[in-house]
Amino acid sequence: MHQKLTPWILKHPVIVILATILLVAVVASGARHLVFKSDYRVFFGKENPQLNAYEAIQKIYNKSDNVAFIIAPKDGRVFTSERLEAIRELTEASWQIPFSTRVDSITNYQYSYADGDELIVEDLALEPLQMDQAALERARNIAINEPLLRNKLISPQAHVTLVNTTVQLPGINPVEEVPQIASKVRELQSQFIAKNPDVDVYLSGMVMMNNSFAEASLEDSATLVPVMFLIVALAIGLLLRTITGTLSTILIIIFSITTTMGIAGWTGFYLTAPSASAPTMILTLAVADCIHILTTLFHEMRNGVAKRQAILDSLRINYQPIFLTSITTAIGFLSMNFSDSPPFRDLGNLVAIGVMLAFLFSVTLFPALLSLLPLKVKPHKARGDLMMHFADFVVHNRRWLLPITSLIMVFIMLFLPQNKLNDDFVKYFDTTVPFRQATDFMQENISGMTTMEISLDAGKSSGINDPAFLQKLEQLSQWLRDQPETDHVNTLSDTLKRLNRNMHADDPSWYRLPDSQELAAQYLLLYEMSLPYGLDLNNQLNVDKSSTRLIATFDNMTSNEQIELEQRILHWLELNAPEYQVTIASPALMFSHIGQRNIRSMLLGVTFALILISLLLGIALKSIKFGLISLLPNLTPAAVGFGAWYFINGQVGLALSVVAGMTLGIVVDDTVHFLSKYLRARRERNANPHAAVRYAFSSVGRALWITTLVLVCGFMVLAQSTFKVNADMGLLTALTILIALAIDFLFLPPLLMKLDTHPITTTEGAIKDEKAKNAA
Amino acid sequence: MRRQRMPLRIFLILTLLGVQPLLHAESAEEKGQAIAAESIARDTGWGDMKADMQMILRNRQGEESLREIRMQSLEQENDGDKSLTVFDKPLDVKGTAFLSFSHALGADDQWLYLPALKRVKRISSRNKSGPFMGSEFAYEDLSSFEIEKYTYKYIKDEVIDGLDCFVVEQYPVDKNSGYTRRLVWIDKAEYRVQRAEFYDRKDSPLKTLTYTGYQQYLNKYWRPDRMDMVNHQTGKSTELRWMNYQFGSGLDEADFNKNSLKRAR
Repeated sequence: MHQKLTPWILKHPVIVILATILLVAVVASGARHLVFKSDYRVFFGKENPQLNAYEAIQKIYNKSDNVAFIIAPKDGRVFTSERLEAIRELTEASWQIPFSTRVDSITNYQYSYADGDELIVEDLALEPLQMDQAALERARNIAINEPLLRNKLISPQAHVTLVNTTVQLPGINPVEEVPQIASKVRELQSQFIAKNPDVDVYLSGMVMMNNSFAEASLEDSATLVPVMFLIVALAIGLLLRTITGTLSTILIIIFSITTTMGIAGWTGFYLTAPSASAPTMILTLAVADCIHILTTLFHEMRNGVAKRQAILDSLRINYQPIFLTSITTAIGFLSMNFSDSPPFRDLGNLVAIGVMLAFLFSVTLFPALLSLLPLKVKPHKARGDLMMHFADFVVHNRRWLLPITSLIMVFIMLFLPQNKLNDDFVKYFDTTVPFRQATDFMQENISGMTTMEISLDAGKSSGINDPAFLQKLEQLSQWLRDQPETDHVNTLSDTLKRLNRNMHADDPSWYRLPDSQELAAQYLLLYEMSLPYGLDLNNQLNVDKSSTRLIATFDNMTSNEQIELEQRILHWLELNAPEYQVTIASPALMFSHIGQRNIRSMLLGVTFALILISLLLGIALKSIKFGLISLLPNLTPAAVGFGAWYFINGQVGLALSVVAGMTLGIVVDDTVHFLSKYLRARRERNANPHAAVRYAFSSVGRALWITTLVLVCGFMVLAQSTFKVNADMGLLTALTILIALAIDFLFLPPLLMKLDTHPITTTEGAIKDEKAKNAA
Repeated sequence: MRRQRMPLRIFLILTLLGVQPLLHAESAEEKGQAIAAESIARDTGWGDMKADMQMILRNRQGEESLREIRMQSLEQENDGDKSLTVFDKPLDVKGTAFLSFSHALGADDQWLYLPALKRVKRISSRNKSGPFMGSEFAYEDLSSFEIEKYTYKYIKDEVIDGLDCFVVEQYPVDKNSGYTRRLVWIDKAEYRVQRAEFYDRKDSPLKTLTYTGYQQYLNKYWRPDRMDMVNHQTGKSTELRWMNYQFGSGLDEADFNKNSLKRAR
């Protein structure tokens, strides 16, 4: 088709340009429908079992999304009248945070005590300004010894404290709800700091994390994308020495990106931190097509071919390879549809669309632009010699290159299994992100952000009051506290023990569980009637009082450690409380499982992509043998990349599990270009393998390392993202692409020279072509 | 009947339109207060009352739970009413009895008898805003209505479920209240609360309460058979079913003291 298309385009470039601009404008206008969903739940598909377990718990009890003010007086003293008053004011002001349903702090902690036959329930610090030294000291002792508060709302040394607000996100407008909360919370933070300059205040909690997803991505688009454009412009400009060519390429890129995002908007995609990196990736990948077209074009023009004919020639020569490489790249990205995590499916689909659009624009708009714009060609500076020297080097040293490169590859790949599986959502953000700093500070001083919610179901109405059940609950709580990772356990058994003590004139020897169901039930009834709005027990008990939720907080751990701990808890429960039904869930657990789930589903995806791509390659190269040989340089880069990753970072997770599929489609391109040139030399020129390797190097070597350079630069820019998921993805992809080039240059040629010893067996068609040429 | 009522309604409307200029001097606050006063006036003089109540709690997961209690109240002239509540279900709180002397302003006096402990405990708490028995009703939603507990503002007239209503905003005086305001629909014919919307401390819609099945007792006092509270933020709801209203059973002060608590079961 392109034989007719290109001449037509060159005849009517203005029509093509105007039509394209019109089309792009209409489609791209859809981008205004794109919204950013800042909610960690978007990482999980509807069928994700951990998400469903967590949602079920949230429906039974109340939701537990939160915002935490971490309050750290510079002199380390929380319990002074002024500080407590400031905290009390902040506690009260926190009720004004949008969607807040509960505010917990050391000042409004509902302290219960006995006075004769009177049960008194009141705020621990009701009127801080009236408290004298003795009262302050007393409040301090109560706070740091209360299991509900210690290591959750107050540090054991009483030098850092938390004001924790629970919010119920309605989820009606997920785009605005979280930023709305964040802006209110920041307003309160700056007010607090203005009034209390000697106190540091940090913001953490799930809501702040959600907000950071959006903010990190926004920051990326504001800083990284312009840098990428600059790098692309510089790379093409310097390497190909053309201003108009560079401008045209940038136009193709912009059109590809805006059209993709427009399609995304029209078809109802929403943006998430991972899928928001689609423009960056499209930018990087779209360059390759133009580089190949420009390289050939200039090569022809240098040889004296007129511009129009050179454009025709370039498109004729490149049409099939860039179509093929675009398709394989798209297939690689489409393999992300196997991912368990919707944002990565979206990312894959968006980039696949973008890559195909880039191809489309490269063969239509690009020649139209080139035909109108002036193109100057400087005389060749014999830079191709460098490639020839390199080819000679490879040919001469093939005997040791093959075993040495193989050995190095195998050696690095050996470390692949040493990578640790880890999706710590706190570490999704680098240490420049305020949320990360706040959460690290919280971890060092009070508690980590890793929680597990354990719902224990007694199986019968009012069953939580049963002494046998309560005893198991207490044992579980105690056992959890004995685990080295545990910071805090919020459990109903503590409340009941405290009430029992209160009911016996605060006699410490009565700090134990009530011994009858009636007693426990009546204590709770009494206590519940004394609690204020928002501080009730409904977040711990279901309506039927048949099940209770215990929340354990742990130090931050790797995914494997969390899964191991979850298994340990389940094992304990199986041994000690088999009669009760149990559900363990939390955002942390959702993240710790998703890496594993995703790796499993992505293995399938990669396999599919590999089969499809290999089939395409076999057809394109017209040879099963070379199709099979191409498998090696296509597969090994990712494996070597992951092996090398062990030395760089050593932790893999959700983001990296998609890298293999994604890079597969990209690294194939190099192999396609190299092998097709090699085969052309063997088949059309009857060259021996050595000469064919030299030919391949001289014809595509340059284009390959330029495209690789641009790709590596592009993904290295992505690696600068403050959002670690994207940064790691960028870094490993850049690394893999670089390794792929090394393999294509140093391993593939010796391999070809080793295996391809027999005279070439071309397909009938090729032989006939050859004969016809020879005859002519 | 119907033929008679139509002209009557028109007559009423015309009269209201006619007196509109006269009412003009009345501010929205005064009108709101007047409506509340009228509704209290119409519900004065009932003396003592007994009723049984069922409470059905539901959550978003579809779980349900039943509570059953008996209540008796004694009207007080210049103060909040006295009430005694006996719990029957769940069984583990059976026999627990709650005595409350409510006050228009300040903390109520509250005692609870715990049969398992065989002791009467006085509860000292400023909190009236917490959930009653884990339900969506706060204690403050169920305690007796006194004019001093709120300030008022008349908003508008509105017809709901075929009843012509005043819509009045009520702002709690108690700073420990869980609400910034309640928006209350009171029917013009009998001054009964038909619906109430509760707004939380940040003035977001929190709950809606609807009253249904009003019946008249002693030819004067209206009581609902059913009250439905829906929490819009948590998706939980509570249904109250009232049964066996009895007036004039001859209860007196002696039935509402600490000693009567233990006998209450």
